[in-house]
Formats: sequence, C-alpha cells, structure tokens
Amino acid sequence: MNRISITAVDIAKSFNYRTIFRDISFSLLSPSSLTITGKNGAGKSTLSKIIAGLISTTKGSCSYTLNKKNVDIEVFKRYIGFVSTYLNFYDEFTALENINILSRIRTMSRQNESRAEEILNLAGLRQRRDDPVGTFSSGMKQRLKYAFALLHNPAVLVLDEPTSSMDDEGIEFVRHIVRQQKKQGILILATNNRKEAGWCDKEVHLGMKKE
Amino acid sequence: MNYLFAIWAIVAKDMRSELRLRYALNALLMFVVTSLAVIIIAFQDSELNPEILSALFWIVIFFTAMSGLSRIFVSEEERGTTLVLQLVASPSAVYFGKLIFNCGLTLLLSSAVTLLYVIIFPTFVIQSLTIFTCTVFLGSLGFASASTMIAAIIAKAQAKSTLYTVLAFPVLAPLLITVIYATALSIQGDIWSNSIPQFQIMIGYLCVVVGFSFLMFDYVWKD
Repeated sequence: MNRISITAVDIAKSFNYRTIFRDISFSLLSPSSLTITGKNGAGKSTLSKIIAGLISTTKGSCSYTLNKKNVDIEVFKRYIGFVSTYLNFYDEFTALENINILSRIRTMSRQNESRAEEILNLAGLRQRRDDPVGTFSSGMKQRLKYAFALLHNPAVLVLDEPTSSMDDEGIEFVRHIVRQQKKQGILILATNNRKEAGWCDKEVHLGMKKE
Repeated sequence: MNYLFAIWAIVAKDMRSELRLRYALNALLMFVVTSLAVIIIAFQDSELNPEILSALFWIVIFFTAMSGLSRIFVSEEERGTTLVLQLVASPSAVYFGKLIFNCGLTLLLSSAVTLLYVIIFPTFVIQSLTIFTCTVFLGSLGFASASTMIAAIIAKAQAKSTLYTVLAFPVLAPLLITVIYATALSIQGDIWSNSIPQFQIMIGYLCVVVGFSFLMFDYVWKD
C-alpha cells in the first residue's frame, strides 16, 4: 500500500476580492480521514477542489507526498478519486463510454480499463451502462461519479456532499466505500450533514477551526 | 508517451463528440454556404480581381471560424465538464488536444471553402498551387492556434460571443493581412521566393502564439 500524505499550510482562497476562507491547515497521513464542515457558502466545495488540485490557492500551500517523496499535484491527481455535485459527464456518451474515454485521457492501464464494467455493476448501473448519460436521473449520475472515482482504486478519495441525490441503497453503498477507504487510504468528506461528518476521524470547520 | 497518449485521447474524445452532436460542423458549414451565397448575390455582375477574391476567401474563413471555433472550450463550460477534464488531464495536454482538434476543424473548413470557391468563381484560378497550399495550411493553423487560446480565455466570461470576436480580431489581423497577400500572389502565379517573407511571418506567428499559449494556459485553465 502506498503511504500518502497531504499537508495544507495556511490555505486561503479568494474570488474577486471576496475571501472565502483563510488560515486552513491540516495534515493527513494514510490511513486517515477528514471532514470539512461549515455553513452554506463557507467554502467546503472550494476546499475540496483545492485538495483535489482542481483550483489553486490564493495563499498558503497544499503539498503531497507519496512514500515520503514530494510529488507535484499533476502527478498526484492519478491517486485521487473525486465525487462532487459540480462534476458532470458527457451527456452524449453512454456511462461505459464516459468511463472508458476519461480513463484513456487519464492514461490508465488496460487492466484498469477492463474494470469499467465491473465498477459500473458495483455502482448499480449495469443495466444502464449503454444508455446516454443525458437520460440518467441525478441519483444515477451520482452513482456514475462514484464508479469513475473508484475505477483506479484511488489512494485519496474526496467526496463533496457524498450522499447527494442518493436513495437508501445508494447511501449504504457510500457508507461501504467510506469504511473501505478509511482503512486503506485517505478519505476527505465535505458535508453539511452532521451524521456524515461523524464518519471521519478529524474535522476542519470553515469559519471556526477545530480538530 | 503517456502525455502524448493523453493528448490523442482528448482529440479522439472531441472528434467522437462532434460526430455525435455535429454542433460545430453544422454551424461552420452553414456559415460557409450562407457567406458564399451573399458574395455571389453581391458580386454577380462584377469581375473580381485576385486581390478581392483573396480577401473574400479569408473573410469567409475568418467569420466562419469566429462562429464555430470557440465551441471547443465554451461547450465544456456550458455542459459543466471542465471539472472532469481538469481531473483527468494536465492543463498542457488539454491545450494541445484542443489545439489539434481545432487545427483539424479549420483545415477541413478551409478545404471546403477552397472547393466551393473553385466551383463558384471561374476567375478563381490558382496559378501557383504550392504557394496557395502552404498559405492555406499555415493560415489555418494560425487561425486555429489563436482561436483556441482566445476560446479558453472567454469560456468563463459572460458575453462570450461578443468578447470572442472582439478579442480575436486584433490578434488575428496580422495573420489575416499576411494570408490575404500570399493568396493573392498564388492567384497571380508569382514565384516562390517572393512569398517567402509571408511564410516567415506565418511560421513566426504560429510559433509565438502556440508558445505563449502553452506558457499561459495553466493560468487560464485553473481558477
């Protein structure tokens, strides 16, 4: 198992001179888990995107190590699985096509590509795998996001509003993933839900820092 | 190798999406047909000299490019798929993938315009095929490279269409002047050596735009 760490030091983020949050610091070493909480507009999704390397910080830094060696975020992204309500797939492609096309762009090995059908089955999308994503409900799209995030067995899983649009079966599926990820890697949850916030060992509260 | 593979996978994705949706292709071809129809009606009784034919040729290509080439990034923003692309690919791989796709689209567009021009205008006789081919090839690549970067810049803006044309014209004007002049030389049947300064400008333009875009794309792509 790869030993992974994520260290955030005094992260701040502003958009158009409006400060979303500041002075956010934490350190995670696998296996570990972190919940990001806060009011609406506090920047939970923003922070989760920063951790996933999707947007840059205004101040501070987020560094990543793999087996005690510093790695650049563009390399580290290969180890990240990301689920968010902001993530969208290509409506004109089927679920299987989306997974395969995006896997190829990620230059995943053939072995991981062949897992696409298996992971879609796991996510409960077996019967709809050949349907265009544009015909999916919001819950099915959320399941597809999980399928894509888990395809490459990510060492770091970042979940923004993890049970958004999910039915009871889907929520149980997410809980199973959370349990697995906490044992083998790093799990980061951004949520408003107090119950979900309790799934992780550490917490960062935007607006008021506590661990 | 992985990097090149990622670039090619992005090109393949865009090609597959375009073949399925035919959004940009239909818009570009309709614009070409409409523009040429207007030119035919406006100049039906006039004898067009090489300079005017050359200018009109590139005006059609320029405005057709303005109507369609921005889709490469605007569609990603509108559909909300920018995030997933940021997740799976490095910024430079995205840039080169989109650039190659736009170059292919522009070359297709230029070929279509050339073919229609030859059919519609009997006076459009290319005396120097080498100069013309090189001009269309380099000119198309120049259009595509500048358009790609400008598309990335305006993709997140509010008034995308207006902003795209406003930003594109001053950037593309030097290229436009050069390719119009070089195309006129090819119609007149001028010798190769007289067109070398134009090709030097086109190649220099291409190198500067692609180089600058490569360096700046990271800052444009990420919030």
